[in-house]
Amino acid sequence: MITAERKPFEEILELLEGKEKVLVAGCETCVAVCLTGGEKEAEILAAELSIKAKEDGRTLDVDHISAIRQCEWEYLDAIAEKVEQYPVVISMACGIGIQSMAERFPEKLVLPAVNTNMLGMPQEHAVWIERCGACGDCVLGVTGGICPIVRCSKSLLNGPCGGSHDGLCEVTGPNKEEIPCAWQLIHDKLIAQGRQDLLMKVTPPKDWSKSNSGGPRTMVKEEAKPV
Amino acid sequence: MADETTTAAAPEAVESPESANEEPQKPIDPDFEPEIIVFGCHYCAYAAADLAGSMRLQYPTNIRMIKLPCTGKLEIIHLLKALEAGADGVYAAGCLEGECHYLKGNLWARKRVEYTKKLLEEMGMEPERVEMFNMSSADGPLFAQRANEFTERIKRLGPSPVKQAKKAPAAKEGTPA
Ligand code: SF4
Ligand code: SF4
Repeated sequence: MITAERKPFEEILELLEGKEKVLVAGCETCVAVCLTGGEKEAEILAAELSIKAKEDGRTLDVDHISAIRQCEWEYLDAIAEKVEQYPVVISMACGIGIQSMAERFPEKLVLPAVNTNMLGMPQEHAVWIERCGACGDCVLGVTGGICPIVRCSKSLLNGPCGGSHDGLCEVTGPNKEEIPCAWQLIHDKLIAQGRQDLLMKVTPPKDWSKSNSGGPRTMVKEEAKPV
Repeated sequence: MADETTTAAAPEAVESPESANEEPQKPIDPDFEPEIIVFGCHYCAYAAADLAGSMRLQYPTNIRMIKLPCTGKLEIIHLLKALEAGADGVYAAGCLEGECHYLKGNLWARKRVEYTKKLLEEMGMEPERVEMFNMSSADGPLFAQRANEFTERIKRLGPSPVKQAKKAPAAKEGTPA
């Protein structure tokens, strides 16, 4: 799923400086599941903004709403009546939802309340780990189901590098947490599967034009287009 | 339960560390009567409040109690809505840790209270305006003590900034219901 984290309150306040009528718009899909931007979180942000405005003695008309999926026209239509009443919408959806909102309601000022950060999986309750970088040319078939693009700190295709020690990567996370070496994991998995010959094959440079390095991508399914 | 209450009649003076915070002391306004919302669980806090009543213990009339089946039902938004509506302080009162009727509801409540404190800090409001207390159903005296302590704490902090702004002539009512 797509995961996102809420922006610091201070940044949200800066984005909303001088605004007197604001709608907080959540999304009930990925951002709700990662406990960042569902209806519950939208209501919390709306309450925080209201309290802050009252504290500052400012006038603020703030309410919240949530779309089933903010990234689809139909679901934006479903909340249009409410959105129409507000000149400013601060969206808690992922970047896709925020842009859809801005495109569907061009006359509104649509602002982001979250930072969309990754395609992750809930490893345990309230912990998400990056699992895919949407590279457009999946190699999981030869890497034992472990993604070297996002799980190897250097996105190596023929790892491991010299920084792999005792199963750990030489790179640590932003909070100095240890990261398992993806190539150690791949190595162990392929051996366990009896597919170690794959480790001896040299993978040629990847065609990154299929990733977002090739510019914005479009996917069309001709067979599914309405007749 | 009856004999437990006699032992509970002399609770240790365990003022929570937050309330002992060394803030520059503001002069206390003798006319300020805080409005305090208490979210109490059915099995412990509410029963303790009942007991405090039957023991004829005095506690401030500033507190208004809302009964929850368990403090695990308490959501962050409930704490915020109380403050938004002008409460000067809000606390949750649940069972003793490890003795929640629903096992972990009070532990969840504590986490939510702690998180709300962070939100209050971000909003420039004193985090001490929200708190989590634990007590057993036999803790009538402790219930009264907590109510007294918390009311004192809020009196020291003064009226909620939301309320103060409301009273200020410049402030207008802006939030839709
Ligand atoms: S190889 Fe590419 S598509 Fe496959 S999981 Fe990794 S980033 Fe995603
Ligand atoms: S140590 Fe492993 S995970 Fe880290 S960069 Fe090298 S190969 Fe990638």
